[in-house]
Amino acid sequence: MSLRRLPQALAVPLLALGFSLLVGAVFVLAIGRDPVAVYAELLRGTLGSPYGVGQVLFKATPLIFTGLACALAFRAGLVNIGAEGQLYVGAFATAWAGFTFRGAPALVLAPACILAGALAGAAWGAVPGILKARFGSHEVINTIMLNFVAIALTGYMVSNVFVVPETVHTPEIAAAARLPRFEAFMPFFGGSPVNVSFLLALAAAAGYALLMNRTRLGYELRVVGHSAGAGEYAGIRTGPAVITAMALSGALAGMVGSNFVLGYKHYFEGGFSAGIGFMGLAVALLAQGSAVGVVLAALFFGMLSHGALVINTMVPKELVEILQATVIASVIVSSNVVQDYARRRARERTAAGVTP
Amino acid sequence: MIAPFLSQVLRISVPYLFAALGGTFSERGGTINIALEGILLTSAFAAAVTTYFTHDPWLGLAAAVLAGLLTALLHAVICVTFRADQIVSGIAINLLAAGLTKFLLKEIFGSSSNSPRVEGLPEWHLAGVGGIPVLGDILRSPLLLLAAIGVPVGHFLLYRTPFGLRLRACGEHPEAADALGVSVTRIRYTGILISGAVTALGGAWLALDQHSFTDGMSGGRGYIALAAMIVGKWSPLGAAGGCLLFGAAETLQIRLQGGAVPTQFIQMIPYLLTMVVLAGFIGRAAAPRMSGVPYRKEE
Repeated sequence: MSLRRLPQALAVPLLALGFSLLVGAVFVLAIGRDPVAVYAELLRGTLGSPYGVGQVLFKATPLIFTGLACALAFRAGLVNIGAEGQLYVGAFATAWAGFTFRGAPALVLAPACILAGALAGAAWGAVPGILKARFGSHEVINTIMLNFVAIALTGYMVSNVFVVPETVHTPEIAAAARLPRFEAFMPFFGGSPVNVSFLLALAAAAGYALLMNRTRLGYELRVVGHSAGAGEYAGIRTGPAVITAMALSGALAGMVGSNFVLGYKHYFEGGFSAGIGFMGLAVALLAQGSAVGVVLAALFFGMLSHGALVINTMVPKELVEILQATVIASVIVSSNVVQDYARRRARERTAAGVTP
Repeated sequence: MIAPFLSQVLRISVPYLFAALGGTFSERGGTINIALEGILLTSAFAAAVTTYFTHDPWLGLAAAVLAGLLTALLHAVICVTFRADQIVSGIAINLLAAGLTKFLLKEIFGSSSNSPRVEGLPEWHLAGVGGIPVLGDILRSPLLLLAAIGVPVGHFLLYRTPFGLRLRACGEHPEAADALGVSVTRIRYTGILISGAVTALGGAWLALDQHSFTDGMSGGRGYIALAAMIVGKWSPLGAAGGCLLFGAAETLQIRLQGGAVPTQFIQMIPYLLTMVVLAGFIGRAAAPRMSGVPYRKEE
């Protein structure tokens, strides 16, 4: 990205964030409370203590995975609304490996559990990719449909196959599969559930940046994302590229289980996600596709997510959902507004005889 | 045995029928409307709140339509005026509707789960026809009757009137419509607003039939309606067929609870069927050609 474009890349998220905070403030005022106090409390409760920071990192971890998943798809010209379903089958596979291969040493079992999640997510993601490549059916509809299928399927597994009576979760994973919490070696984070899976998420972000910017495959995905026609012209076969992109996207979403299953609850539970896959779209949009952007955006949404619990005594915590939705809507609107503005500027300059 | 089954299918299908019918008007005009789910939720909430304070379910119904129109208007502004991504806009609106209704539920009723009990729409008891299966059910309930009339009327509007022709032109070939002097912006707005008003009737049904609003009561029905619309190949009559089919599957699922077939597998039927149809295994499912593509007038 050239320096000239950098202000534009920042303008979109900043406009969107500013506007959303304003909308949130209007809602707070409308119910007769003080928006400044609410936002101050949100900051204090999240960034004001090591425990709060730990909570933010914990909430940001799955969002980094799903944010990367959606960003990768976006850059390949695909909209993956299926991260929710992919993370369900992924997290279930992670748990399944964890409670099935008891007795395996930790150094083997934990990575195997993560790999199982990534593979299950990749398989689930590849299905809409194949359907698109083979039959031309739109990945948006198919990923939405597969979300519901994934939730029903894992629900069946929990309630009919791997049953723990009186619960809606699987048996616990072997102790060897657990990822330690940060507090185990940094007492500083006392009580917050942030765990080693956060580091895995950062590694995934680095891997994503390398893949997209430094490898042939990443280049091909970006070309196809830019224009399928151009890709074909450059000798890139669109079909396999679409399937690969969806599988990689699914694999990233499928790693969410490392945080919830291996690092936190130690089992898979029906309904554990509550929209993390959809928030991945928000993260990817706010990040405008870059890996650093995804991490920052995930931290921001993680902050909102924990902040919701903090401000719940002052305003209904759903204020945060309103903020999140407004961020998504205003990112897509402001990126168009900023683009139109840049285009108009460019045209005016050309008209005035200034070479850009 | 069969009459109560059919009666239950009809009642379960009402929100699907309205939302899928609404969806066809948005999508035929060229705007993908994933926001159906959010529209169901805001309109159900408006119906419950208004009925609670006025004790008049008809006013509740009107408020639901107003809420549906406003929610759809937001989608139209984002997608048509700002030409932003229609799918992402729909997701954002669904998230907003979920957050907003719960926020207001807590503020107005002090509850995070449901509103107090509200009146429902009256049931009509017509002598002579009440006992007839299907027809009797339809004539008993105002909204069911409206759905039964709305589907063929919507079909006629879409395929036999100048407005319908213009709407479909905006979805298939907006440049051509534009060249003929049709305002693509205005027609697309109209299509999206119709989808909001019609879907809202389904939302009103949810709240008034259950006599309360419960958090998240749309329960994915907007997505099922979307699926039914695709299975019905973007036509009102086809979509209604899809809705009744999915309604029948859901009724079966309720009746077979605890039976030999796990309910989760019956739950999957609509979604899997939609994927099969979309892949072209059952005839050709042709989406409006320019659905999902914002229209930029040549400058």
